Amino acid sequence: MARTVPHISLKDLTLRYRSKRADVLAVDRVSLELPPRSFTGVIGPSGCGKTTLLKVVTGVLRPTSGEVLIDGAPLATRNLAGMFGYVFQRPLLLPWRTALENVALAAEVARKDLSRSERLREARRWLEVVNLSGFENKLPHQLSGGMQQRVSLSRALVLQPPTLMMDEPFAALDEITREALQDELLRLWGVLETTVLFVTHSISEAVLLSERVVVMTPRPGRIADVVEVPFPYPRQGSLRGSPEFALLVQDIRRRLREYDSAQLVA
Amino acid sequence: MDAQRIARIAGQVGVFVAFFVLWEALVRITGMKPVILPPPSLIFVTMVKQWPYLIQHTWPTALAIIGGFLVAAVSGFTLAVAITYSRWINELVYPFLIVSQVLPKIALAPLFLIWFGFGLMPKLVIAALIAFFPVVVNTARGLNSVEPELVQYMRSLGASWTDIFFKISLPWAMPYIFASFKISITLAVVGVVVGEFVASDTGLGYVIEYANISLETPVMFAGILVLSLLGVLFFLAILLLEAMIMSWHAEIAETPETM
Repeated sequence: MARTVPHISLKDLTLRYRSKRADVLAVDRVSLELPPRSFTGVIGPSGCGKTTLLKVVTGVLRPTSGEVLIDGAPLATRNLAGMFGYVFQRPLLLPWRTALENVALAAEVARKDLSRSERLREARRWLEVVNLSGFENKLPHQLSGGMQQRVSLSRALVLQPPTLMMDEPFAALDEITREALQDELLRLWGVLETTVLFVTHSISEAVLLSERVVVMTPRPGRIADVVEVPFPYPRQGSLRGSPEFALLVQDIRRRLREYDSAQLVA
Repeated sequence: MDAQRIARIAGQVGVFVAFFVLWEALVRITGMKPVILPPPSLIFVTMVKQWPYLIQHTWPTALAIIGGFLVAAVSGFTLAVAITYSRWINELVYPFLIVSQVLPKIALAPLFLIWFGFGLMPKLVIAALIAFFPVVVNTARGLNSVEPELVQYMRSLGASWTDIFFKISLPWAMPYIFASFKISITLAVVGVVVGEFVASDTGLGYVIEYANISLETPVMFAGILVLSLLGVLFFLAILLLEAMIMSWHAEIAETPETM
């Protein structure tokens, strides 16, 4: 997979929602570097602006101040087509399309240069990558929640985006399925050469997957800490059981609590 | 087909049979005159005897129903798209749409007689007017019910408006659109019959009206019966179309939730 993966810089991003009734500072002076092929986890309680941040990075929302640089050039000047792949908390599949057609959808829209059969071949390949061979012709409602999320993941990957934006992608799954998909993502990331920005509210998930964990506090959404995760890749799911892992999770949990109580006092 | 389903259908047919048997018995026991309430047996005999006459008048009615429905469906759909995607069209047209809905359109029938004379036109216009509103409202609701996240996702892929409309919004709105078609087709039948009462010398509405004036109540009932069958037929046609276009939807409805 020879393609250039850009360096993304977040410079002093601030986003303020202004409405008649409220003035909400959703993201407050967030600066962050996303080097090529890095895996960054963003963690924080609900309402800390994680999703908003993700939307600013991908150009869906315009920041009130600050900017996003892609290889040094402002986001607004770049053609973003094919730059980002998305996986959301909900699979957001089209109920009338089969798994294969759902994956092909992304290619239908963004890769009009491909023929129909080429698109379907690509879609089939990426379903295979997420271990869904044999389920190509199933409709979403015939698949389990975990399988639907795999379809959603392979729909994001089919365009081979250099950056993958994941917004609590496993939050709605049961624990066993969630762990299986986390292991899968670890394996995939090792192969894909993709930058990943992974938003979650599970501390252990962030620690297991990420090279570093960005800890955010709510209202205003601010970076409180950036924690380097020392465990080498390729990581295995068995890491979850190790004492070092537990200690790091515990440490981050403690910090989150501190910020939380500090907020309550203030 | 399993036994349960057969039993259910048999039961449903049984209710109809029971209804007609009761009717027949009631008329015979009370000795009611056929001009007031003819027994089903007499209606059936009349229907067979008058069959060519009834059929001859079925065509104009059917044609007007189809025409009125198509006009309502196409114009209703178009307006729904317009008010969904253009805020100023929405704001401009909405009050008028509501007022036009409150207005009893059947009351306009005599006016259409003056404007369009006898024949196909007045009844088609009334049918279209009555059938129009549900299509607009339901289609607009369907188009508005699309997952905003999905649309946002499509936009992020660089999808054009037409991509989003034809790949997402339109299929998403299909169940709503077909629900409105089912309402509209029955309303179109009503509209055509009213039109034929007022301004027509053909059609089943005319048959019913004429039989009424000449006190041929059995013919009147025969006309009503044929009209009902016609309405059921059109309704089934919509169901069939729906099943063909949205097979995935029927499948979801029948599959118990497994998650």
